[in-house]
Amino acid sequence: MRKTPFFPRMSQLCKSMNWKEWAGYHAVSSYQVLHDSEYFAFRNSAGLLDVTPLFKYHVHGKDAESYLSQIMVKDITKLGVGRVSYLCWCTHEGKVVDDGTVMRRGKEDFFVTSADPCFSWFSRFLRGYDVGLEDVSEQIGGLALQGPTSRDILRQICDANLDELRFFGTTKARADGFDLWISRTGYTGDLGYEIWVENQHALRLWDALIAAGRPYALRPAGLNALDVCRVEAGLILKNVDYYNALHVIIPARQSSPYELSLGWTVNLDRAPFNGRVALAREKQAGSQWAIVGLDLDWPEIEALHAQHSLPPEIGNTAWRTSIPIYSDRSRKKQIGYATSGTWSPILKKNIALATITSGYHKPGMKVQIELTVEHRRYTVTATVHKPQFFDPERKRSNPGQPNRKKKEA
Amino acid sequence: MKKYDAIIVGGGHNGLICAAYLAKAGRKVLVLERRHVLGGAAVSEELYPGFTFSVASYVVSLFRPHIIRELDLAKHGYEIIPMDCSFLPLPDGDSLARWADGNRSREEIQHFSRKDADVYPEFSRVMTLMSQFAKNIIDHPAPDITSLSLKEIRAMLRLGKSFRSLGPDLFHMNVKLLTMSAVDFLDQWFESDILKAPMSVSGIIGTFQGVRSPGTAYVLLHHYMGELDGAFRSWGFSKGGTGGVSMACARAALSFGAEIRTDAPAASIKIKNGTSHGVVLENGDEFDAKLVVSNLDPRRTYMGLVGEQHLDDEVVKQINRYKFRGSSGKVNLALDRVPEFKCRPGDGDHIRGDIAIAPGIDYLERAFDQAKYGAYSQRPFINAVIPSLTDPTVAPPGKHVMSCFVQYAPYHIKEGAENWPKQREAFGDAVVDTLAEYIPNLKDIILYRQVLTPWDLEKQMGLTEGNIFQGELSLEQLLFQRPIASYSKYKTPIRHLWMCGSGTHPGGGIMGSGGELAAKSILNSKAL
Repeated sequence: MRKTPFFPRMSQLCKSMNWKEWAGYHAVSSYQVLHDSEYFAFRNSAGLLDVTPLFKYHVHGKDAESYLSQIMVKDITKLGVGRVSYLCWCTHEGKVVDDGTVMRRGKEDFFVTSADPCFSWFSRFLRGYDVGLEDVSEQIGGLALQGPTSRDILRQICDANLDELRFFGTTKARADGFDLWISRTGYTGDLGYEIWVENQHALRLWDALIAAGRPYALRPAGLNALDVCRVEAGLILKNVDYYNALHVIIPARQSSPYELSLGWTVNLDRAPFNGRVALAREKQAGSQWAIVGLDLDWPEIEALHAQHSLPPEIGNTAWRTSIPIYSDRSRKKQIGYATSGTWSPILKKNIALATITSGYHKPGMKVQIELTVEHRRYTVTATVHKPQFFDPERKRSNPGQPNRKKKEA
Repeated sequence: MKKYDAIIVGGGHNGLICAAYLAKAGRKVLVLERRHVLGGAAVSEELYPGFTFSVASYVVSLFRPHIIRELDLAKHGYEIIPMDCSFLPLPDGDSLARWADGNRSREEIQHFSRKDADVYPEFSRVMTLMSQFAKNIIDHPAPDITSLSLKEIRAMLRLGKSFRSLGPDLFHMNVKLLTMSAVDFLDQWFESDILKAPMSVSGIIGTFQGVRSPGTAYVLLHHYMGELDGAFRSWGFSKGGTGGVSMACARAALSFGAEIRTDAPAASIKIKNGTSHGVVLENGDEFDAKLVVSNLDPRRTYMGLVGEQHLDDEVVKQINRYKFRGSSGKVNLALDRVPEFKCRPGDGDHIRGDIAIAPGIDYLERAFDQAKYGAYSQRPFINAVIPSLTDPTVAPPGKHVMSCFVQYAPYHIKEGAENWPKQREAFGDAVVDTLAEYIPNLKDIILYRQVLTPWDLEKQMGLTEGNIFQGELSLEQLLFQRPIASYSKYKTPIRHLWMCGSGTHPGGGIMGSGGELAAKSILNSKAL
């Protein structure tokens, strides 16, 4: 197992020794035995999370934008310099390989992040383009600084004009003795930044943020806390909520962007790109599945527990197992499955992300989700919701222009 | 003149919740608040530039989860950040921190008693079961045991059933809880004074009793039956101070169409033939309504808004006997830096929860001894929190607010309550001196200090005799006898005048039950 450049600091702070494997790296699950304070840091002050294990690619050259436009479902020629796009990329059959972000750092300079190694996949399409593709995964460290005080903290350590940096914007910045790239992105659905730095400067970045963050209640946070946040924000996770189309054994496990409710990232009306024909066909014919949010009925959960004289139990981490969903209480017709869920301490709701047969996916519809109480299986009513449950205004707003609602992503 | 279905007098959290429920049911509701801010004792105020204080009530646990859901309070800004630790610094340089993480607590308690460390989870188990039982009581109006009506008998049976379901051991435990002192109760499990002292103080909060006084075990349970996200007994900070809870309730009420007026002190209820018709403000403005709900405490409702002339002698007698006798004060500090504890120096998670100055049972009893004879404790019990360490919205970066609940500060000092203002600063000094024994740098970092004596709580918050629960939580003033026998179900002897404050069942704390149950009782009774 590899160690990220932040490991020396994290290993000192991780009192729980609760680590997990993430893309071959040691990653902290939670610094303390209970992750609550890390979750609440993300939501009320700021949390600092090592995202180095993401795969990172440098794409550059005259044809970089047209090359990326062919691979990605989104038209990258339209992506402005200093902007970031969240998107996915597909096989020719229109099935999702991975999701990630593309940062346009210069006219011919792009930085791509992905959850899976995609160097080989990206390389397949290089022919005919005047473009360079480098895997910089092992040279660049990344930290996610997320939460309402993240801007105030980051401001202390670099010269970037953060008041002007919009949601899904990116900028180069200078800190004390080193350069960094900042993107206003993240996996918490909140105000936050991802900061990219060459490995050799990683510890200086960590130390600077921790020192600047002290008056702003910054906390190092692990993946358990992040997992609660990302479910609240309705952000799907590869290998949990969907699979890489290139890795599955049966086609039933492949998903299209529409089926992942990522249809909004697809730009169909443009030059041919990977999966375009299949996606255009699906758009017209309709999709079989949709990813939705579910809001589980709490009084029903409470009543089922009361039958066993138990108080309702709330797991203290997000779960990620497949749970059947039925059309009604008879449980005769399974219409889908939930793939991850959590108690949301901030919304006071028991929520889940689920893949559901089209027709049952509209907000407000009621479905039945299986719930095991005291070793027995029951179902409770769940109301369909858009995947995104948590969407605070501060995520998109800038100081002095609080109501910028334009969709930037 | 505009006529309302209901006027709520008092914009505390219960009044606002009552308004929200009534408005949600389609009724036309007006809330009248005397002060310029909403919240009553659950109020956040910027007393010093950049520092927001939970002026009176300062932590949240008891708030009923179904109210959050039914009024959609999370959407309206209800946000609680749980506290992970209860910290007890000791004068000899030792200390005890109890954590949400059970193993971490065991390690700490072990240092004082191996046996107590092992028994600790068993105690938690019993308290969880008792809390589960208590839910049956606090989430319903108290049954009237003298009534033979089918409805009341049914309510009694429901309660009886849940009593029976406790089983013999817990049934006996329940009886013990209702009758024993907090210390005697804890003695059944624990041997270490260091552990029992900070646990026992939950039994005296807001009462004029000592930790060894019978009946305090119940108050201990009252503070244990809180529930945060399904976890019993956990406490948390309201984001932006406890006023955040009240403001969420207010926003919910407004979203359902209620009208709220601040700076609108009510002078009296308009009463004709024993029936309430509306409210008269101090400035003479009148508002008519089919029904009035008072969020004020029983004394101020009956003797103030209604007036003795409208009441039976017997009711007057009972209200006069209703015990307030406030016993606590509050000291709020704005700090320039993080306070450093001698016993565990430096910033850390141990100061992110609640901090108890309760270094022993005898210390607590001695504090009560002084109060018994009409003086504030020179070395009081203090429960302090520094919410700015967790919630950066309440203080400028790097600065902090420290909220100190202080007991005992008896309302009835021997010089007479009206002499409290003369002793206010000396009382504040006693609190700061006490804390400084544990936090040597404290006096150097205080930027601002607010001292609230029970007299101030009465004058500023309208809490009679400074009682934080609108009347003591002693057994004779609970359930079907809160506030008084015969008028315990949110009703009063005045027709169409109802009550919804902490002086009604199930009592004090930021719980919301009074407001909720009053509203539901009103709607059920078809009074509206």
